[in-house]
Amino acid sequence: MKKVGNHNSISKIYSFGLAVMLTFSLSTFAQDKPAEAAATPAAAAPAADAAAAPAGGGDAAKGKELFNTNCAACHNLDKKMTGPALRGVANKYDKAWLYKWINNSSALIASGDAKAKKVFEENNKTVMTAFPQLSTADIDNIIAYTSEPKPEAPAAVAGAAGKGGEGAAEGGLSNEVILGALSLVMLMLVVMLFLVNNVLTKIAKSNGVEVPAAGNPMNIWRSFAKNQFLVLVTSIFLLLASGYFAYGYFMQVGVDQDYAPIQPIHYSHRIHAGSNGIDCKYCHSAARVSKNAGIPSLNICMNCHKNISEVSDTTATAEYSKAFYDAQIQKLYDAVGWDKSTQKYTGKSHPVKWVRIHNLPDFAYFNHSQHVTVAGIECQKCHGPVQTYEVQKQFAPLTMGWCINCHRETEVKMEGNAYYEKIHAELSKKYGKDKLTIADMGGLECGKCHY
Amino acid sequence: MSSNKKYWKSVEELNENSSIVETLRNNEFVEEIPTDEFLADGSLSSSSTTRRDFLKYVGFTTAAATLAACEGPVHKSIPYVVQPDTIIPGVADYYATTMFDGFDFANLLIKTREGRPIKVENNRLAGAKFAANARVHASVLSLYDSLRLQNPKIDGKNASWSDVDAQVKASLAEAKASGKQVVLLTNTLASPSTERLVADFIAKNPTAKHVIYDSVSESAALDAFEAVYGERALADYDFSKANTIVSIGADFLGDWQGGGYDSSYAKGRVPQNGQMSKHFQFEANMTLSGAAADKRVAMTVADQKQALVKIYNVITGASVGTNKTAADAEIAKAAEQLKQAGSKGLLVCGIQDKNAQLLVFAINQVLKSEALATAGVRYTRKGNDAQVAQLIKDMTAGNVHTLIMSGVNPVYTLANGEAFGAALGKVKLSVSFTQREDETAAKSKIAAAAPHYLESWNDHVLTKGTYSLTQPTIRPLFNTKQFQEALMSWNGVSGNYYDYLRAGSAGFLGNASWNQTLHDGVAVYGGAGLAGGTADYAGAANALASSKSNGVELVLYTKTGMGDGQQANNPWLQEFPDPITRVSWDNYVTISQADAKEWKLENRLVANGGLNGSYVTLAINGAELKNVPVIVQPGQAKGTVGLAFGYGRKAALKEEMQVGVNAYALYKDFNNVQSVTVTPESGEHEFACVQSHKTLMGRGDIVKETTLEVFKTKDAEIWNPVPMVSLDHKETEATKVDLWESFDRSIGHHFNLSIDLNSCTGCGACVIACHAENNVPVVGKSEVRRSRDMHWLRIDRYYSSEETFAQDVEKKEGFDGLFGDKGSLGGFGQMENPSDNPQVVFQPIMCQHCNHAPCETVCPVAATSHGRQGQNQMAYNRCVGTRYCANNCPYKVRRFNWFLYNNNSEFDFHMNDDLGRMVVNPDVNVRSRGVMEKCSMCIQKTQLTILTAKREGRPVDVNEFETACSAACSTGSMVFGDVNNKESDVAKLAESNRMYHLLEHVGTKPNVFYHVKVRNN
Repeated sequence: MKKVGNHNSISKIYSFGLAVMLTFSLSTFAQDKPAEAAATPAAAAPAADAAAAPAGGGDAAKGKELFNTNCAACHNLDKKMTGPALRGVANKYDKAWLYKWINNSSALIASGDAKAKKVFEENNKTVMTAFPQLSTADIDNIIAYTSEPKPEAPAAVAGAAGKGGEGAAEGGLSNEVILGALSLVMLMLVVMLFLVNNVLTKIAKSNGVEVPAAGNPMNIWRSFAKNQFLVLVTSIFLLLASGYFAYGYFMQVGVDQDYAPIQPIHYSHRIHAGSNGIDCKYCHSAARVSKNAGIPSLNICMNCHKNISEVSDTTATAEYSKAFYDAQIQKLYDAVGWDKSTQKYTGKSHPVKWVRIHNLPDFAYFNHSQHVTVAGIECQKCHGPVQTYEVQKQFAPLTMGWCINCHRETEVKMEGNAYYEKIHAELSKKYGKDKLTIADMGGLECGKCHY
Repeated sequence: MSSNKKYWKSVEELNENSSIVETLRNNEFVEEIPTDEFLADGSLSSSSTTRRDFLKYVGFTTAAATLAACEGPVHKSIPYVVQPDTIIPGVADYYATTMFDGFDFANLLIKTREGRPIKVENNRLAGAKFAANARVHASVLSLYDSLRLQNPKIDGKNASWSDVDAQVKASLAEAKASGKQVVLLTNTLASPSTERLVADFIAKNPTAKHVIYDSVSESAALDAFEAVYGERALADYDFSKANTIVSIGADFLGDWQGGGYDSSYAKGRVPQNGQMSKHFQFEANMTLSGAAADKRVAMTVADQKQALVKIYNVITGASVGTNKTAADAEIAKAAEQLKQAGSKGLLVCGIQDKNAQLLVFAINQVLKSEALATAGVRYTRKGNDAQVAQLIKDMTAGNVHTLIMSGVNPVYTLANGEAFGAALGKVKLSVSFTQREDETAAKSKIAAAAPHYLESWNDHVLTKGTYSLTQPTIRPLFNTKQFQEALMSWNGVSGNYYDYLRAGSAGFLGNASWNQTLHDGVAVYGGAGLAGGTADYAGAANALASSKSNGVELVLYTKTGMGDGQQANNPWLQEFPDPITRVSWDNYVTISQADAKEWKLENRLVANGGLNGSYVTLAINGAELKNVPVIVQPGQAKGTVGLAFGYGRKAALKEEMQVGVNAYALYKDFNNVQSVTVTPESGEHEFACVQSHKTLMGRGDIVKETTLEVFKTKDAEIWNPVPMVSLDHKETEATKVDLWESFDRSIGHHFNLSIDLNSCTGCGACVIACHAENNVPVVGKSEVRRSRDMHWLRIDRYYSSEETFAQDVEKKEGFDGLFGDKGSLGGFGQMENPSDNPQVVFQPIMCQHCNHAPCETVCPVAATSHGRQGQNQMAYNRCVGTRYCANNCPYKVRRFNWFLYNNNSEFDFHMNDDLGRMVVNPDVNVRSRGVMEKCSMCIQKTQLTILTAKREGRPVDVNEFETACSAACSTGSMVFGDVNNKESDVAKLAESNRMYHLLEHVGTKPNVFYHVKVRNN
């Protein structure tokens, strides 16, 4: 795995300097990202459910709902999962048989039905849950949904990609336009200066004022060198300036804010925590009880991904196509040793070697459970809006100053925690205030984090 | 105004013609600087690197290194593929298990992190009788020993287990067919399942027999017990039931009959309602028990036998004729007091003589001693010397066809080990189940790799009526197989050992279920008491009285740190200073001060503070040990010398650990007392001794000590006076004078550690527990010699210079003027020397966590500061290594990292190999070079306790706070806790009138306090 050059280098200082120079000139034009982001929802507008034509007397819209609640855990329309792909299942089996099968498949198999036995054996002898609660009408609706033709997905993706591409091109164009305009303005200024100078000289000439001939260009430097006070002031200024930048440079050594390395599997928090709204602690469950938040083991991923082997068309973005995301899920399967086609674990697993992003030094002790469970702090407070991150990065600087500031300002959540009752009463009496910060509790002592 | 004075630089200038003055005028040094000495090395002058080049390289590499350091390394983070649901990364799991390696035994809780055992803790449930000693605490490191046998070997080459099985099975079949002898030679097995397997094995192979061999024999005591009670076992005395304890040569606080008596002994040693037990000790070597005794008499083992018979006479009214000894008065006094104590008396004896051991039962039975009457039965020693001797005869005669060994190393531990090694050659097939390719395994045909106890299943009946389980706490690290599994496959039993022992557990679980027992580690299933019994005591007394002594006695013993030597490759144990001599990394012959003078042997301190000692050669009939270093031991009985087992091993040991001499070579006929000749040799041995000053010089305020009489009758001001200082020319109590504004510590937690000098036996379990908990590095022998040992917790040992410490104080107070009889110049000189039979005291010292800490004020970078909970905190990352703090610390508890001990091939200990690093506690920083470190009062543990309480939304329980040392202390000497919680034990101890602070007059206001030692004499 190659490391992304996030760590600072000398070139960064130059670019930083440049950025400072351009800040004033460019800040007003720097907002063209939202436009691009807005393009994505537009592309995501679902196209498929428009043609909800009732097939075979059922309501496909209701059927979809039923399918998603009852069947989707094991079935996909177009792909074999735990159970077989279900699109066009009505063409293979007659409805009466399907009613029986769905209501109680084991009974059907036990009755010695040849078709049922065949299905059972084809699917690794996995018993399908019985759904006696589904009425015939319900099953009709589901069948209607499964009988819908496959939507023309690729076109939509292409459309989205096209739009995205345009957006990017727009961004590039506008930058060039601005730069071009700027240089044009500069050029015009130079020309104007030249013209003004010419005009003034002419006026002077015509008025008989003598213009002194341009002297030796070195004169200004010579006179500067002669003026010892100026030299002194300049050198002090230069020393201070270089000291300032050197200090700034050294202070950021080892600070890896915004470190976003390329991971072996492109895992998108935007999709999981953002679009799907999965709670952080579903995967990072150790954060509740342990000092480590824990990178979830692959069996946690498989809780869902056993059934989700590809992303929906709408998940793909301009930057990352559906094929790209599906390949990432495949990487997960390879790592955990899951064979999609047979729906079985092969037993050959390869642990994923993630690149660690938050590298707190060994000499600083940090405990997640203290902050997550006891203090009830949102994960986002330190980790940033993770639910929007396509690529996970280090949000906070993780410097001691950053920790200490928070400990100075944050009030300890004491309500309902019997541990704090006594100390709260005593300390609030001592300090004469009801709300206590972590610093009041002794949270700034060296030994609280360094041992 | 110029002066006319002339200043002379040297006397030479008086002489105007002096050539030296002339030379000095031109040349700074009179003599030529011997530059040739280092320039003569040809490589220097012929080197193409000039000085300038060298400086360039230095500059360049420094710059390059600086630049490189700006780029952070990339860390990988690899989660489980399938995470076991019992493991949460970052949270410790505990497993109850039991250790028994044939020598040490204990009921334990093993702390594991991410599947790695990292620390041994005591199991405190009822039925878990045995707490861990220093060796058991260190055993977790032996698991990660890189020199363990990793594969089974046949003829020294790696082999597969199926090959091993096939060979053994073939050999067994051959032996059966030809009617030849098969022998299982094992250490003591207290495991009912293993014993069942052995019985099956013997049933299947009619020519087989089972020989049990203890490397350090307790055969005499076992024989005596068997004669009286009809069972091969030992009595498990309850010392807490005894008010008067007389010990004749029994170091019951050490390894006497397996040890493990310290917690019950200590219960009677803390004065309660003016009562405490009285302890007489008659012994040759200075032992932990002798150090703890109220009255210790040094005597030869021959005299001890007489003393035992004399006591027997007094107690039972018999009149067996005895010889006179020098200590008849003390013996009579002890006997009288024992008789008075009656059922509250107890006599124990460590003489390896069946007759002596029979008298122990005779005396205690007449006394109706409760300690014996309520005693349990121990199965931790079962060895039989006679059978072992017979086996060697059989082997030498070529009568043994197949020899299968487990847990023994006879080539090393037998006096005639070489003969045994040679006899191994005459055995058709020899198999040794062992954790390392030791001396015996190297000479056996098959070296079978056995797992560590932390990787094994087993069950134990350590004492009658208690059933303890051993369960694995980690997957086997190597390709190992338990002896029991091998027996099962040879017996044709299918399945694994776990199923086998579980199936056989039904009778042992009592009312508990299997899961409950596995969770608890122990189950109590039956009564423990001793049945009655008797034997020919009178005959034994007569036989004992007539035994004779000749010459100097060599008394062999086991050291607290090394035991029988199984863990000789464990750097924690090697670096553990012996509680008595304070010497690490060595064994040595201990010689009394009188004998040393007579034989012109000495110990002396050299310029760098190291201790040097003379060499002697020890010769017994038929064997000798050359160049054994000498330690002059106060309290050693004249006419005896002591030597510890467990050292002098070479096989499968790192080079640094190959120290000492093998005392087993002198362990002829399993007799720990040998008649020896001592011949001085030339040369000096360099010891690594951590304490050079032996006495307290009469400073009674460091270790406060008093007698029970004074303690009972006088006010605390008499025996625990507060030191006085002068304030405004008035005597004022030092505790009332303060330079500083004190911080209000009444809110929140305030941690204190209490150490009771009465119940501290100096066993050192806390020292090793501290090592394990806090990642304390091991520095090696030469660094310890330079006083660079890193122990966060040390146990200082002091001898009295007079007979008692009280007389020391008296003598010091009585000094008058510089010279003369009472002159302090000569007097202090005398006081540096310990008495021939001194009183001994142990004082554990760690960072005292002073509220007014001298170290904190001198740190130029504020790396050490004080927390409001009382801990003196050390921020390693802030420390720049000036060592001002160590200089300013009055207790000398700060340790400096002179080297990067965890990544330096010069220190080839556990922290320098990947296996050994697995023992590192992930919650504690591993310190770098150039950093000061010290006891943190286990802040990681207190913080975790607080966090757990917060998470569960409850106040911290009364005695929930613990440090590694207080948790390891099985005698209850160390108690840790929150003094702001008035219900807690430590708050009550802090109010006790025995409480005092170390060096109170300095005004440091420590958070560690001690309790005045009370001696019952």
